[in-house]
Amino acid sequence: MEFTESQIERYSRHIILQDVGVEGQQKILEGKVLIVGAGGLGSPAALYLAAAGVGTIGIIDGDVVDMTNLQRQVIHFTADVNKAKVLSAKEKIEQLNPDVKVVIYQDLLSTYNIFDIIKEYDIIIDGTDNFPTKFLINDACVLTGKPFSHGGILRFEGQTFTYTPGNACYRCVFISPPPPNAVPTCSQAGVLGSIAGMLGTIQATEVLKFFVGKGELLTNRILTFNALSMEFRNISFKRNKNCPICGEHPSITELQTYDLPVCEIKQ
Amino acid sequence: MTFVKTKIELSKLQVGDRLEVLLTEGEPLDNVPKSATEQGYKVLDIQHVKDKVHKITIEK
Repeated sequence: MEFTESQIERYSRHIILQDVGVEGQQKILEGKVLIVGAGGLGSPAALYLAAAGVGTIGIIDGDVVDMTNLQRQVIHFTADVNKAKVLSAKEKIEQLNPDVKVVIYQDLLSTYNIFDIIKEYDIIIDGTDNFPTKFLINDACVLTGKPFSHGGILRFEGQTFTYTPGNACYRCVFISPPPPNAVPTCSQAGVLGSIAGMLGTIQATEVLKFFVGKGELLTNRILTFNALSMEFRNISFKRNKNCPICGEHPSITELQTYDLPVCEIKQ
Repeated sequence: MTFVKTKIELSKLQVGDRLEVLLTEGEPLDNVPKSATEQGYKVLDIQHVKDKVHKITIEK
């Protein structure tokens, strides 16, 4: 693949990096990422991955932009209130970088559509705000051997890790979803807007490292941070032989359905 | 941008192949040989061509 003159300029700061270079940028341009949720995490992730020239960015989200989103979901602007989030995100990405093909799914990710959607992508970003969908992404990715980046934020804290086949999965640590309402949502507990950017850009960085094939991914360790103390920790964890989905004797061999808390689904 | 364009040309070559690049004095001549060496290429030769133009030979 030959770069155009404008691509040479646009990606010059990547090409100049020894660990990205011409080959790495070509891999980025051929990469396909699915972002689940065009929200706090998905917004910065989508913007940086688009700026980096990721070839195909899929975005799935069933919501419309709400005024309360704008404090942290930076891909959406005030004029986008009431617009479908996937449309709002697509418009910004196309303005940022016409090299990127944007595929949108105005839908909730579910047991019915997840396999069909994820099979089109190299890696998935979990930018969701609820445990049932986090477990759904984990299970579908483990069952089909698809890498994903897990992410979660609340109040001043964030956590993320990366799954690749053969390494520890979400269920190796968190066996099953917490009971509904056991963990507050961002709408209940609040979240500092900028930490969505901190975490979402870490997820975008993992995806770029995955495409380029350089560095060490956040596999078998969870990165957590607290923005108040501004302390970052790496917590190692191992593949769990008793994991219900990737252990020696898995009890989960097909997708599970967990009820989404009613307050999180806007009709 | 000169080093970016040099890297793009080098990417089309095989290991052991040589690339000649014309550089003007100043930033390009100061930076390209240094960056190429830092990134593992061999700068074999730098020759003055004419006026402020120099030719460097880089081996991949």
